[in-house]
Amino acid sequence: MMKKGSGEIFTELNVDKMRDFFRHKNKRMVDKKTTVKEAIKKYVNDGDYIATGGFGGVRIPAALIHELLRQGKKELGFAGHVSTHDCQLLSAGDCFNRCDASYIVGLEARGLSKNARRKFESGNIKVTEWSNAALSWRFKAAAMGVPYLPCRTMLGTDTFKYSAGKEIECPFTGKKLLAVPALYPDVAMIHVHRADMYGNCQIDGIIVADDDIAKASKKVIVTTEKIISNDEIRNAPNKTIIPFWCIDAVIEVPFGSYPGNMPGEYYSDEGHLAEWLEAEKDPEALKKFLDKNIYSCKDFNEYIEKNGGAEKIKKLKKLEHLQ
Amino acid sequence: MDKKYNNMELMITIAARNLEDGAMVLVGTGVPCAAAMLAQKTKSPNLTIMFEAGGVAPLLQTMPISVGDSRTTYKALKATTMAEIMEFCQAGVVDYCFLGGAQIDKYGNLNSTVIGDYYKPKTRFPGSGGANDLASLCWRTMVVTPQNKNRFVNKVDFVTTPGYLNGGNSRTEAGLPENTGPYKVITDIGVYGYHNETKEMMLLSLHPGKTLDDVKNNTEFTILIPDKYETTSEPTDEELKILREKVDPNKIIIGRE
Repeated sequence: MMKKGSGEIFTELNVDKMRDFFRHKNKRMVDKKTTVKEAIKKYVNDGDYIATGGFGGVRIPAALIHELLRQGKKELGFAGHVSTHDCQLLSAGDCFNRCDASYIVGLEARGLSKNARRKFESGNIKVTEWSNAALSWRFKAAAMGVPYLPCRTMLGTDTFKYSAGKEIECPFTGKKLLAVPALYPDVAMIHVHRADMYGNCQIDGIIVADDDIAKASKKVIVTTEKIISNDEIRNAPNKTIIPFWCIDAVIEVPFGSYPGNMPGEYYSDEGHLAEWLEAEKDPEALKKFLDKNIYSCKDFNEYIEKNGGAEKIKKLKKLEHLQ
Repeated sequence: MDKKYNNMELMITIAARNLEDGAMVLVGTGVPCAAAMLAQKTKSPNLTIMFEAGGVAPLLQTMPISVGDSRTTYKALKATTMAEIMEFCQAGVVDYCFLGGAQIDKYGNLNSTVIGDYYKPKTRFPGSGGANDLASLCWRTMVVTPQNKNRFVNKVDFVTTPGYLNGGNSRTEAGLPENTGPYKVITDIGVYGYHNETKEMMLLSLHPGKTLDDVKNNTEFTILIPDKYETTSEPTDEELKILREKVDPNKIIIGRE
């Protein structure tokens, strides 16, 4: 008797329907530059399932998530694939009601987010458990256009029991394997180092799952530290991690990963992340903190200005380069 | 008691001694990272360090805060995807991984998901992260953790990460790769391994000054005590000097006591 997890699959699993969707995406090289406000308004609907790139506190699409909160997007699903500061933000905005969880509510060595925990301990969020590899391979399956991938993780554990994976028998060797279903998000939000106006993206440092997330998602919004020319992309084609046809919107947002780390550019603002954790201890304090840092800000730049502006960024750049 | 080292320094040193030259190890932040750095700077210069977020073989200068931050790729040999790191583990090239957790049982199963009922948890923790994958796919799992009755429990509330599951052959029968599993548990009291057949936790060595009563009084289940066990050899002056001056000069990890 092959076992299966009791968790729910929150996303589309019909690979032919998805092929048809991708067939009809606009594959012309057109100028996709827009604003954060417009992109979130146009591409994210209440109820959508979203995926965020980066690694929780590293190369995260912070500017896009802030705008998601400001526009009050609700009832989203999201992939908690090492979701640390991004999970903290989405929890603060009360933006979601379901989650594929491999790593949520924590900020690694910094501690746990009290507010995110409150949400997940309320019993009001539908959660399906996964491991990091399982979620990575779920994105990869979608990127490959297959309904599942076989793997050898999670077997025998409660993580499997509360997942939506299924045990299968290898048709060649008879070995017991875990099948993880493809994950096709409605919208992906990714922050990169450089992109041209068509959406060809370069990333320095770790890629995490962003190549596969971009290929797996119906719509992809990219913020970039810098918009570069198409010539620069063509001069180093091996550096293109995400090709233009995956991308729907491109926005230049310098320091767009703040307070997260941007490899090679600036280090994480640990002081500000500590303020976040502190503010979450008291719901009233958190409300004030969010008003100051998100809801009263007209854009992401105002948020950075309120937290030290150019001087702070200069400091974080020095830290990044171990100076 | 006036000791020349603290518990953190002791645990890091023991962990480092378990990483032989030429091995590959997947580490997290904190103690595991410090242990791998210490091993590299002492007897194992050819130890390859990897991080699950995508960093491969960095020349670590300072302690990373995140397993994905730019410290994990400082002068690294490769910066890649999480899928590729997990594929290295699944393919069988990674010898060791280091894990922690809120609870551990006698078979080395770990809980980092919930305390209490799953659907209405008393406490929600982050979940597996990469822990389940590393413990499933790397050859040997090492756990470094303080030892007390709240952590060393009869039954973990949730098996986030596989140890030997129900003991005996149950791990292989579940479909996990052959000959993998928990290897050592390093605590502030002693070092433990696992019984060859039953796969129950078993004492290997007691730290200087610790007693069998300390083991018993800080564990809910019964740890097997063999006829012969060792006394853990203390950190040497050389190890302590390198740990304090080269690995963690800002006392980020070793100052936690």
